[in-house]
Amino acid sequence: MSMSETIAGQGPLIARHAGGLVWLARYMERIENLARLLDVTKTYASNRGDERTWLAILRINGDEPGFFAAHAVADAESVARFYLLDAGTTSSVQSAIRFARENARTLRALISTEMWLQINVFHGQIAALCELDIAPDRLSLVCAMLKEGTQAHTGITEGTFYRDQCWHFYTLGRHIERADQTTRLLDTRFNAMASEGVTAGRAHADGEIDAGNWMTLLRAASGYHAYRREHPHGYRAEEVAAFLLKNGAFPRSVWLNLSQVEWHLAQLRSRYHLRGVARPMERMDNLLAMLASQTVREIMARGLSPFLDWMQSEIAALQDDISGGLCGG
Amino acid sequence: MHQDVLPRQGVLGGYDPGGLFCEMLRPGRPPDLALDLLLARLTQLPVEALRRRAADAQRDLLERGITFTVYSDATAIDRILPFDLIPRVITAQEWRTLEAGLIQRVRALNLFLHDVYHDQRILADGVVPRRLVLGNAAYCQAMEGFDVPCGTYVHVCGIDIVRDETGQFMVLEDNARTPSGVAYVVENRHMSLRVLSDLMADLHVRGVDEYGVRLHQAMAEIAPAGIDDPQVVLLSPGIFNSAYFEHVFLAREMGVPLVEGRDLLVENGMVWMRTTAGLAPVHTIYRRLNDDFLDPAVFRPDSQLGVPGLMEAWRRGAVSLANAVGTGVADDKAVYAYMPRIIRYYLAEDPILPNVATMICAEAEGLAYTLEHIDRLVVKPVAESGGYGLLIGPHASAEELETFRACVRANPANYISQPMVNLSVSPTLCEHGVAARHVDLRPFAITGRDTWVLPGGLSRVALRAGSIVVNSSQGGGSKDTWVLA
Repeated sequence: MSMSETIAGQGPLIARHAGGLVWLARYMERIENLARLLDVTKTYASNRGDERTWLAILRINGDEPGFFAAHAVADAESVARFYLLDAGTTSSVQSAIRFARENARTLRALISTEMWLQINVFHGQIAALCELDIAPDRLSLVCAMLKEGTQAHTGITEGTFYRDQCWHFYTLGRHIERADQTTRLLDTRFNAMASEGVTAGRAHADGEIDAGNWMTLLRAASGYHAYRREHPHGYRAEEVAAFLLKNGAFPRSVWLNLSQVEWHLAQLRSRYHLRGVARPMERMDNLLAMLASQTVREIMARGLSPFLDWMQSEIAALQDDISGGLCGG
Repeated sequence: MHQDVLPRQGVLGGYDPGGLFCEMLRPGRPPDLALDLLLARLTQLPVEALRRRAADAQRDLLERGITFTVYSDATAIDRILPFDLIPRVITAQEWRTLEAGLIQRVRALNLFLHDVYHDQRILADGVVPRRLVLGNAAYCQAMEGFDVPCGTYVHVCGIDIVRDETGQFMVLEDNARTPSGVAYVVENRHMSLRVLSDLMADLHVRGVDEYGVRLHQAMAEIAPAGIDDPQVVLLSPGIFNSAYFEHVFLAREMGVPLVEGRDLLVENGMVWMRTTAGLAPVHTIYRRLNDDFLDPAVFRPDSQLGVPGLMEAWRRGAVSLANAVGTGVADDKAVYAYMPRIIRYYLAEDPILPNVATMICAEAEGLAYTLEHIDRLVVKPVAESGGYGLLIGPHASAEELETFRACVRANPANYISQPMVNLSVSPTLCEHGVAARHVDLRPFAITGRDTWVLPGGLSRVALRAGSIVVNSSQGGGSKDTWVLA
């Protein structure tokens, strides 16, 4: 086999398009995350502390001010309306699919025809959501439709997207969004549970309800069954945090996603010689070193919340590095 | 077997083109085996089956986003160009004539442009009035004395063709600026292949898939000398442009970056694009931006769509532009009237494709004739495009005629008039079955060193009964165009 035949995708990529690819992936990931979060909350939220569980979704996305400007109470209906129907809310699925489709339209000459077609049809389905769809008996179905749509997108992308620079930028976006979402989820839910006194010790003593809380958290990250397999004995706060933060096999763990970010950046440097990769690479090295150099027990001893806050600001800075250094700002 | 002896059933049951020339039945023309085969298949296809296929096609177009976007205030509505499934047919023999006529016309347009931006012989010889060219809004002084690569100004030309009741092909309009519609030609074909493959089998319909390769080849041919593997880009005004889908389509078919003005810059006399690896050189720009917006340093300073310094870089030969700037002076509706004379002047040949007879209101004789016979004429403002602002005399009320008369009288140089052409028709699926609807044809000619014409072109169809306005902005649709072997 000739080496020159295996080297592909050396054509130029417009910087603005690279940025669009990152955001296309991020918006599609957001839809899936929101759908899972709403579904899990709806399905597993106990009657007790109803408002608190719905509030947590708003907190994860930093949407409390926007939400309470329009709604008095955070409950299943108002939060679902806010995230599923409100086109004016920038973090709603309506906005996410609109931004995703606009990016896809801009990038239509670069993404596969199948990707565009699916996003275009999915956009139509989401735009058609109405009041009926947020009724208690419909909400789960709608969430299933949203998850299916985004997972179809992910599968189509895996199978049809040409793996040149475009794919690396797209995939960077996906992993950045996943890492970001998991730190947010962990931060919000973990603290909520800690404040309820759900500690490692009491989880065993207190049985069902506390187990339910941990289960909800893991399901919201799509990691429940994997966690059970890793830790059949039960739930320990430290182990849950370690699973979400540092597990090397769980598709939504912070470690796995940041490692993927690092790999794609390294590819962009070695295969495409992009000088702008230097800055985000440096930040990634520091981030991964910070995660690797301390155990979750040590992190928790110093305070999980400040650590997650720091991670989130670093992930945001990483996005800025990529935008500024590679995507024309 | 010939259509005259065939009882018309199926899709063509009850179809009656009246006294108009029908592109499918072609009365009085020699029989064509391929066409007869197609007719036999159409007579066996029930209208209901065609309707089902049409519904599939419509949904498919919408899902694929083969749409143009209409923006109003805060909303964006995607509309498909209505697609009529029944193809418009051109026989091999007809196509040979059309192709030769189009190549001839494009040659004349390029020679004319070279002349008016250099020696202006045709003006000195009094063949075309001087003021018509030099006083034209599209005339571009910056082009004077500038030699374009290969002598080609009009790299992509979309010459609108109509056919009268006798079946005579005629040129209606020369579109030499940034003609659009070719994406629909290819997409319509893909749709036919998906839903009508049984009707198409063995007809050896000429393919349309090589357009992108041909276009890229021409763009490479005109690139600045000494560049081995020139970088071509397509410059688009962006996603808010109604033809954005076509820009995407062409960039993809050529395999080149789709850029906007903000992605390009001029530095050290060269044109560059901003890539992830830094600045990369650009050698040929297929621009789908009007002249006015290309370079804010030369044209409209308020435009954000163009690239400052682009004209200067072009004039110094650092980059090539397609189409050239200032081509609008050749496809002007008033200059159009002189095209037969322009062809004879440069090529010493008779035009293969005649014009529609045209009266120039700027001339006393033409004005008098137009005012007197306005109720029988089509009167067109020379500066407009897209079927706006024209008067169709036979369809107008007495009031409308009077208003238009006043407009023409107030500003005669702004108008031309033509006799109403009884446009040919083609069977079209309508609400109450298949009926005759008027069609035109926009073939696409690509010119680098030589001219190549895409077999067929965009057949636009007026979906309203009796209407002769086929523009998509005015409720027209399109058909796939089958050039038979």
